[in-house]
Amino acid sequence: MPHKTIGTALLLAGGLVLSSTSAFAADPTMLGNTCAGCHGTNGSSVGPATPSIAGLTEDTIVEAMKAYKSGERPSTIMGRIAKGYTDEEFKAMGQFFSKQKMVIYPQSTDAAKAKKGAKLHDKYCEKCHEDGGTVDDEGTSILAGQWMPYLTFSMEDFNAGTREMPKKMKRKLEKMLDKEGQAGLDSLINFYGSQAK
Amino acid sequence: MSQITRRDFIKASAASVAAGGLIGVPHIAKAAGSAGKVVVVGGGAGGAIAAKYIRMMDSSIEVTLIEKNPDYHTCFLSNEVLSGERTLDSIRFTYEGLKGHGVKVVQAEATGIDADKKVVKTSAGDFPYDRAVVSPGVSLKYDTIEGYDEAAAEKVPHAWKAGSQTAILRKQLEEMKDGGLVVIAAPPNPFRCPPGPYERASQIAHYLKNNKPKSKILIMDAKGKFSKQGLFTQGWKDLYGYGTDNSIIEWRPVSEEGKATGVNAATRTLISGELDTETKADVLNVIPAQTAGKIAFAAGLTDDSGWCPVNKKTFESTLVGDVHVIGDASIATKMPKSGYSANSQGKVCATAVVAALQGKDMITPSYVNTCYSIVGEDYGISVAAVYRLSEDGKTIAGVKGAGGLTPTTATAAARKREVTYAYSWFKNITHDMFG
Repeated sequence: MPHKTIGTALLLAGGLVLSSTSAFAADPTMLGNTCAGCHGTNGSSVGPATPSIAGLTEDTIVEAMKAYKSGERPSTIMGRIAKGYTDEEFKAMGQFFSKQKMVIYPQSTDAAKAKKGAKLHDKYCEKCHEDGGTVDDEGTSILAGQWMPYLTFSMEDFNAGTREMPKKMKRKLEKMLDKEGQAGLDSLINFYGSQAK
Repeated sequence: MSQITRRDFIKASAASVAAGGLIGVPHIAKAAGSAGKVVVVGGGAGGAIAAKYIRMMDSSIEVTLIEKNPDYHTCFLSNEVLSGERTLDSIRFTYEGLKGHGVKVVQAEATGIDADKKVVKTSAGDFPYDRAVVSPGVSLKYDTIEGYDEAAAEKVPHAWKAGSQTAILRKQLEEMKDGGLVVIAAPPNPFRCPPGPYERASQIAHYLKNNKPKSKILIMDAKGKFSKQGLFTQGWKDLYGYGTDNSIIEWRPVSEEGKATGVNAATRTLISGELDTETKADVLNVIPAQTAGKIAFAAGLTDDSGWCPVNKKTFESTLVGDVHVIGDASIATKMPKSGYSANSQGKVCATAVVAALQGKDMITPSYVNTCYSIVGEDYGISVAAVYRLSEDGKTIAGVKGAGGLTPTTATAAARKREVTYAYSWFKNITHDMFG
């Protein structure tokens, strides 16, 4: 177990003080632990399809949960689950998962496609999905090491228009698909899936 | 990993007091006490999680897990073993991972609890505890079905505890002739894994459709309705001709002589209903009524219902102090007896046990259930619920407007995705337990 900073400990101790006097409803660990059965212990999924959510920013988690709750973002099961929580609880979940480091588990990828995907990433995606898609910056999520079936589902939803893309992404994706077709998308997904860290 | 250890807590307390914090003196006094010993009985979906998460939350607590078997076969996805979609070995797990978390694993059978001496009694001796967590699952009430017992289950398997029983049922299905009749006797409520008998019928139908297409499945049910009934019925229509003369699956509710009352194991005949209707099967799978696991009775943890009443916030038994009961055996009001419920309860219980040993108050609990069933090829369905503790603390109740079933209008693509998420559920929940 990594050592906590005094800052974190203080913050949590603050919560504990509250808990003895009033209801401290949204405990990050309590809420985060309920997700592990599908998203993996501390949010790192062992696959094959449920995405890892460890290491995402608090905002990314909160926005995703809100979008699931409202139905704005399509899902099989997450919409049903997100409806069970308040905004305050989303924030607590976000706090929990933003403090976890994503553990990447190996998946089988096509080396040639991954190589091609790396080039396509640099050309079309790197500007927003920085450092090879390893960092979640302003809601870009972490793509590197993410489970490929999940990435495929996400792109299917984006392309079908059931999930809204940011304008910039839409433009870049259209350009990429015009030039490379579905094979380009497949290469990109193999690239992200092949990244070990 | 944002749980704080006692050391951090004291450090933080000191810092926070220095910073003008208001931590109560009794809390510090308790927190500075002994780390504590926890004995967990039962290494399944609840017990394995409680043991591991207590260690994750406070590694100074000594945790001993008492488990009868050297390894564990999950009930989840065991129906895919019956259809031949996966091997028995793929649902087998060992306790090596838990040892890696510092859990002391003892292979022994727990026989009782001496609550005065605070000792768990086992076939390998006595284990003292400050807190005990009992997660014994269910025991089968053989005596509710005449002629049925453990010996008969070798010929007429229940397969409601995975492992050798699963292997027996699979073998019988493999050996059955095309045109044979499989009879599944489904139990009365409450029982482990409410959608289980119907997913089982689905998986066996999947096997028969592809291998022995002249064969039939008859579900004889002690109930008038069942879990995910609309979705199963829809799936059976889509895949197995349900409702037509050629349907692979037929379901007989309690009103149509469905309730099993007896078994003739030698002839694989089921006796059911008020008219003692006899149904001769080629493969007979009898799932009897259930009650809390044996140790719960021996330890005085059960009430008249045959299940274990608990404090819904901490899962501490209301009958025996400092002993917690989680999983199928506990009375968790609205939460079903499912693997994910046990997982969720294990974590709430771990939080409560750690808080108690650290002299802190238990925080507000949060619980979830998520359950997938695989009806056939590329055909997954699910149910989910988010639970909260009611104001009066008496009920773990589902949040209104949340959770629920896969919509019946779900597309084929969505159902296919649910299969991949079902497999992900399996991999992640078992990794959460044993990894």
